[in-house]
Order: sequence, then C-alpha cells, then structure tokens
Amino acid sequence: MPFWIELLVSVFLVLGSVFALIGAIGLYRLPDFYTRLHGPTKATTLGVGGIVIASMIFFSSRNDGLSLHELLITLFLFITAPVSAHMLAKAAMQQKLPTVEQTHGKPWD
Amino acid sequence: MKARWLPHPALTLLLTLIWLLLNNTLSFAHLVLGLFLGWAIPLLVRGFLIEVPRVRKPLKLCLFMLKVFYDIVVANVHVAKLVLGPKSRLQPAFIVVPMEIENEFVLATLTSIVSLTPGTVSAGLSADHKLLILHALDAPDADEVAAGVKRNYEAPLLEIFECSRT
Amino acid sequence: MLAYVIPFCLALLGLAAVLSVVRLVKGPDMPDRVLALDTLYINALALIVLFGIWLASDLFFEAALLIAVMGFVGTVAVGKHLLHGDIID
Repeated sequence: MPFWIELLVSVFLVLGSVFALIGAIGLYRLPDFYTRLHGPTKATTLGVGGIVIASMIFFSSRNDGLSLHELLITLFLFITAPVSAHMLAKAAMQQKLPTVEQTHGKPWD
Repeated sequence: MKARWLPHPALTLLLTLIWLLLNNTLSFAHLVLGLFLGWAIPLLVRGFLIEVPRVRKPLKLCLFMLKVFYDIVVANVHVAKLVLGPKSRLQPAFIVVPMEIENEFVLATLTSIVSLTPGTVSAGLSADHKLLILHALDAPDADEVAAGVKRNYEAPLLEIFECSRT
Repeated sequence: MLAYVIPFCLALLGLAAVLSVVRLVKGPDMPDRVLALDTLYINALALIVLFGIWLASDLFFEAALLIAVMGFVGTVAVGKHLLHGDIID
C-alpha cells in the first residue's frame, strides 16, 4: 500500500477515535441529562463516520476494486442518531429530570 | 400522473442504489434484482409511506446538503471544545422556536438537521406542529439561536421543497 | 504505520466504551442509562470496524451493520417504553 494512503487512513482513524472519545467524555462529565445528550448525538456519530471513511479508503486501496458499502453504516447512523436523541429527550422531559441550575428557559411538561 | 404500478420512482432508484451498495457490486444480475426489490418494496409498504413533497430546486438541495455537512463538522469541533472546557462556564438553555413548516417530512428533516448541528438538540414538538423546543448546550443569547435556526435551515428548506407555509 | 495507529485507536475507543459503562452504572435516571447504552453500541460498532481494518477482512461489515440496526431498534423500543409504558401503540 502506498505511503500516502496509509497516512490518509491513519488521519481519519485518529480523528474518528478522538471524536468518539470526546463524545464519551461528554457523556461522563457533563452535569445533567440534557447536556449529556449532546455528546453522543454529535461527537460519537461523527467519530464513527471518520472510522468508517478510513475503512472505505483502506478496502478500496486493496486489490479488489472500490468498496463503498461502509457508506451505508454512516448514512444509517446519521439518520438514526437524531431520532433516538429526540425520543430520549422527550422521555426525559416527561419524567421531569432535573436540569442544571444555570439553565435558561424551562422544559415542557 | 403517477403510474399505479410504479408509485414512487425516486424511492425505487434509492432502494436499487442501496441494494448495490449492500452487495458492493455493479454486476448486471444484482442490478436487475435491485430494481425488482426497488419496485416491489414500495408497492408492498405503500400504505405506510408518508407524502414527500416535490423538490423544486435540486441544485439548491445539493448545495444545502453540502452546507449542512460542513455545519456538522464545525458543530463537532465546537461541541468538543465545550465538552473539554470548564463545566461552570456552560450556559444551557431551552429555546422555543415557532415553526412555519407544515409538512411532516420537511419537519422531520429540519429537526434531524437541528439535532446534528451546532450545540442544539431538538427535544420536542407541540401537538399542533407549531412549536419546536430545542436544548442548546451553550446559548448566552437564546433569541439569536432561534433566529439562526430559522434563517439557516428553515428558510432554505421552505424554498427547496414545495410546501405550504402556515 | 497502521500497525501502530490501529492499537492506539483501539485504546481510545476502549476508553470511550469504559466511560459509557461508568455512566451506565452510575445512572442516575433511566434515560441516562439508555443514552449510555446507545453510546456503548456505537462505540462497539466503531471497534468492530477498526478490528476489521486490522485483520484486513471485509467480513466484519455485516456485523457492524447489524449492530447499527439492532442498536437503533433497541434504543427506540426502550425510549417508547419510557414514554408510554408500552412499545407498540
């Protein structure tokens, strides 16, 4: 495999893993449920996207031609992540989970 | 008018493309099988499909998708900074945004885009589809966030899709 | 180079999975736990794709896709259960 492809794959892999880790850190350390919701929906989704793109480049550069089916995973995650986040936020509002004190505005009942 | 034996030509093409991607091939046999599945599945599930409004400006839709993708990447860098920064400086907020879109499909698209882009997650929609509540991770100025959503995402969607304003 | 990068990324993703497990155990409420599970399955998916690159095997794609589909269905089912008390309405 040429060096520049290896470099490209490595860059995408590291970026993806760092974003996935940041999402998990957000989940771990932010103060209330609604702020925690932001980590997994954005950072983790993009992190997996980066890793999947790296996988796509890696398998395309091997001998058996273009490999695009990994795109389906990214597409699926980008469609489903907002849906599950919306659902969990609705459930949290219904259960009246506490919000951190500096929050402006109020959740609905 | 739409033919009865081919109710959703765009969906047929999309399903064929997904089938080809799934098998990671471009062979003729899979193309035929994919076209058959793309024809049969919409016919079988047509009772459950929601009406997708016609796209008025395809070029603008492509540009809009690129812009949304760019925003997603920027949003992630922004959220990463907030997550790793000090917790006490965060100013989370619940923001209510009035919606002008009536169509269900466009509304779902808008809420998904809002969830994936800068510091906001859509948290609920009122029963009459007129108000959307967002949670923002860091919003010193709530009105600015609401105006940004309306300007950057709602207005282009209204322009691209053929749907009525309320 | 990949021989060094991949174990490093595996470590980062493993740490991410451990952090979501900590949140899963700590709670404190049901939606938090479901969110932690959601993150956990996405991390597992990333780990599997990464493992596929390491072994240079295309076979892991199907596993990753299945995890994505099943994880989403699971999250939505539990979310609906939290909202309405039942899953099919």
